[in-house]
Amino acid sequence: MLCDLRSSFSIVAGSALPVVAGVGGSKPERLAEERPRIGVLALQGAFREHLRMLAELGAPAREVRVPGDLEGLEGLVIPGGESTTMGLLMETGGLLAPLREFVVKHPVLGTCAGLIMLARETVDGEQPLLGVMDVTVRRNAFGRQNRSFEGSVELSLNPDSCEGFHGIFIRAPWVERAGPDVEVIARLDDRIVGVRQDRMIGVAFHPELGHDTRLHAYFLESVAAVRR
Amino acid sequence: MREEGTLRVKTGLAEMLKGGVIMDVTSADQARIAEEAGACAVMALERVPADIRKEGGVARMADPEKIVEIQETVSIPVMAKARIGHFVEAQILEALDVDYIDESEVLTPADESHHINKWKFKVPFVCGATGLGEALRRINEGAAMIRTKGEAGTGNVVEAVRHMRTIMGEIRSLSSMNEDELFRAAKDYQAPYELVAWVAEHGALPVVNFSAGGIATPADAALMMQLGADGVFVGSGIFKSADPSARAKAIVEATTHYQDPSALARVSRGLGDAMPGLEIGAMRPEELIQHRGW
Repeated sequence: MLCDLRSSFSIVAGSALPVVAGVGGSKPERLAEERPRIGVLALQGAFREHLRMLAELGAPAREVRVPGDLEGLEGLVIPGGESTTMGLLMETGGLLAPLREFVVKHPVLGTCAGLIMLARETVDGEQPLLGVMDVTVRRNAFGRQNRSFEGSVELSLNPDSCEGFHGIFIRAPWVERAGPDVEVIARLDDRIVGVRQDRMIGVAFHPELGHDTRLHAYFLESVAAVRR
Repeated sequence: MREEGTLRVKTGLAEMLKGGVIMDVTSADQARIAEEAGACAVMALERVPADIRKEGGVARMADPEKIVEIQETVSIPVMAKARIGHFVEAQILEALDVDYIDESEVLTPADESHHINKWKFKVPFVCGATGLGEALRRINEGAAMIRTKGEAGTGNVVEAVRHMRTIMGEIRSLSSMNEDELFRAAKDYQAPYELVAWVAEHGALPVVNFSAGGIATPADAALMMQLGADGVFVGSGIFKSADPSARAKAIVEATTHYQDPSALARVSRGLGDAMPGLEIGAMRPEELIQHRGW
């Protein structure tokens, strides 16, 4: 299933190559096959790794630092980093409201701190969050850096599939409570480490630090699906 | 199966700190101010570099009591400094579960020829460097993050600039070399050929590189980011200024919006006095701490 997904996306990406676009580029149907317009929140954290991975998948993305950067985007990645830092920068930069508005309308992928930012609440304490996903997360749930690890996650992006994914967990959170509209897409030893609600995907680990592009391809596929 | 303490996990935390500000703190109160200002991590230490400079004496690892107090106060990563070569201080810091150890020239060196063998630890290390050779020697010893040294406790950014320009320039020059020249460069840099060749091929260090030592204003932070730093350490610059909280917030914003002069102008307004600062040229050579480490 997942391999099909990946190859179907690469066709979309491949058709956006300039040499193809040059042929019959004026036809209206070509517009639908333009590259997806993706943004990566670049306030703080590992945003460059997401940009690299998206570029590898044929979807070069734009850095988002101020509300105006969101204009015209079809999807957004919220990277790992320090969620308290990101939250404060969203608050001072007037980004909380525009981001909330954006992520309920468009596909979004949040990794680690990105998952925390999407969550409705954290177990421990107050910090600015987007609060758009019906989950409660526990920050640094696995412990301090000495407990950071690499390990195999059970990933089920479709109801009938379950595959391994090599997860890199850095002072990672987990999902303590998932609401009725939230689908669990990743588990590690019975802990919830990946969730989806509507077009929002959140994972506790860092696919952008590895070479496995399945989650990013899945996110891009949901961007493509919205377009269709 | 979970694998802890891998190189990817060690360098990974540094990746998460990028674009952020790591602040020196000497108490739980200061740590709280730093976290509320948006610091992406704090560095727990006994005295800030400006005070170490003024008071003299041997500067050592912080009291574990103080480190634990800071860990209990904030949720962001807590780093701590060990003396160069003092692997037992590092063992203690690892046992305290600090998130990163800075093997730092700011403290009095404990060994004048050996750095800590950082491969022996699960906790990651950051080390200072004044040039590419020094950075690669530290990486070869297991450092998972580098910071340019600058001249700590001076509030003067000139050495931080010198070291960042040196490293970035040396990387660019490696990138244009052929294999014969790279063999020679590895000898000059006293660094392993494999690391030198990696840098030449990728045009970058294999680990994150922050800037440190002399950053005192939002403009200083943005300057270092524009010169290629992945993030900044601010030591004395915050808690030796007139209004630490406001200055800390401003430096955090400046580090994110480093390419936007109008944002920099906005955050730089009305911060009160910066730390006084020292003229490097007027200092005696033995007062400079950037030459510690080998």
